[in-house]
Amino acid sequence: MSDTPRSVYLDYAATTPVDPRVVDAMLPFFTERYGNPNSLYALGRDAYRGLEAARESFARNIGAADPGEVIFTGAGTEGDNAAVLGIARAGRARGKGDHVVVSSFEHHAILEPAHRLAKEGFEVTELRPREDGIIHPEDLRAVLRDTTVLVSVMHANNELGTVQPVKELAAATHEVGGYFHTDAIQALGKVAWDAVDLGVDAASFSAHKIYGPKGVGALYLKRGTPYEVYMIGGGQESKKRSGTQNVAGATAFAKALEIMLDERDTENPRLAALRDRVIDGVLLMPHTALNGARDVPRLPGTANLSINGVEGEAMLLKLDNLGIAVSTGSACSSGSLEPSHVLLSIGLPPEIAHGSLRVTVGRFTTDADVDYLLEVLPPIIAQLRAMSPVYAKMFGASA
Amino acid sequence: MLYSDKVMDHFNNPRNVGVIDDADGVGEVGNPVCGDVMKITIKVDDTDHITDLKFQTLGCGAAIATSSIVTELAKGMTIQDAVAITKKQVAEELGGLPPAKMHCSVLATDGLKVAVDDFLVKHGREPIAGPILSEDPNFDPHAEEEAPVSTAEGAENCHLHE
Repeated sequence: MSDTPRSVYLDYAATTPVDPRVVDAMLPFFTERYGNPNSLYALGRDAYRGLEAARESFARNIGAADPGEVIFTGAGTEGDNAAVLGIARAGRARGKGDHVVVSSFEHHAILEPAHRLAKEGFEVTELRPREDGIIHPEDLRAVLRDTTVLVSVMHANNELGTVQPVKELAAATHEVGGYFHTDAIQALGKVAWDAVDLGVDAASFSAHKIYGPKGVGALYLKRGTPYEVYMIGGGQESKKRSGTQNVAGATAFAKALEIMLDERDTENPRLAALRDRVIDGVLLMPHTALNGARDVPRLPGTANLSINGVEGEAMLLKLDNLGIAVSTGSACSSGSLEPSHVLLSIGLPPEIAHGSLRVTVGRFTTDADVDYLLEVLPPIIAQLRAMSPVYAKMFGASA
Repeated sequence: MLYSDKVMDHFNNPRNVGVIDDADGVGEVGNPVCGDVMKITIKVDDTDHITDLKFQTLGCGAAIATSSIVTELAKGMTIQDAVAITKKQVAEELGGLPPAKMHCSVLATDGLKVAVDDFLVKHGREPIAGPILSEDPNFDPHAEEEAPVSTAEGAENCHLHE
């Protein structure tokens, strides 16, 4: 190894560095345009104009019918929680019934509020994706009822990168009179996103997945959607989300989305090529597999692979020693004893899920970064397999 | 969750990796379903001292590090002393383990116990290791103190949900 340790970040689905252009856009709101956007004097009005400019830009770029449908939040998780709890409770209060459907490979920010709803007497169906990593509209139709008040299916799965047929899922939900929410946190800026065209009633977003700051999110709530307010207090955000608005954060989020869309036509093919090099490179090793089908719609930057006969955390630590940051679905990486619920949901046996590797490439990933990963990974896998007492037994082959 | 420097040292430079082909005792514990399996092979001399031991482990950083330190601790010990090594001792030797990883030190001490009993039984002697924590279905795997690893019983023992 050289004296200067190399640093290769391949975990863009976990978070992203803030783009310097985004930093430039938000900085004035810390020291110059620092007014409270709810204050009446000039400094406040200036901050208000900044906030509303961000809202208008963001609303336009997600295809919202009007800017009032965008509520800025403090995290992707907040939007997910607020939508699931708020729509289900308010919908039930309006007499829509008490059946809720979530996919079983949702983020915990959706699953946990769904579990809470179950405790409140809602009937909650967890709909499993197929092995391909997709929630098929006919599978949703099979579980929908007249009493279905809310369906929430993520737009792109955070671990697999598979993109769900949200437009069809929303349409199916509307056939029974339910409301449709999507966690679009991984999809935003990467796949075509137009609220009116998709026909969704609510969607949540997060800035730090698209080169914006952490602690900033947004909730799209179509006008007329029943919603029990989650944060109450001073009545900001048209009484839908109290708390002094994070003007710098909202500005940054809007700018981050603008950049994503400006660059998408060139960036998506570049990322897809890098991702495919990762997939093809890993699949050259014996006893490896891509998780989720290859020929379904996918995010350009996400690859999730099973590397049989190794434990994911050990692989992650070995890569970390060499300066490479990746993610795994092994139980040990999460501090629980269970591997990723996403991988189990598509039918992977636990012993395979423990050896999963998620590589996500992004704006600052280069060909050289992928070269480096593909150079150092095979010897790490061979070393860990050689140390395993069961690899030869289970897979009947040498590493 | 952070690992101590000593855990990382044993993970990156594990001691006594491999298999002793003419071992006097063999212990294998854990289950791939739960993500960790340890196999330990030992040589015992005629004064009941462990003269050599080697391990193989499929598992996380803590599983590999605890396996490694157990082989280091047990080398040269009598089998009676070796089976008395506790999971707490293993964790302390490593400068501590994150709470979620305490079960890994049980895997390592259990592997050693099974190997010692295997040696004794093969020589027509009574086993001395006592209960194998990871084979007791009544242990609560989420309890920090007595967290077991699971065994050949399968997924149920590591409390996987459907």
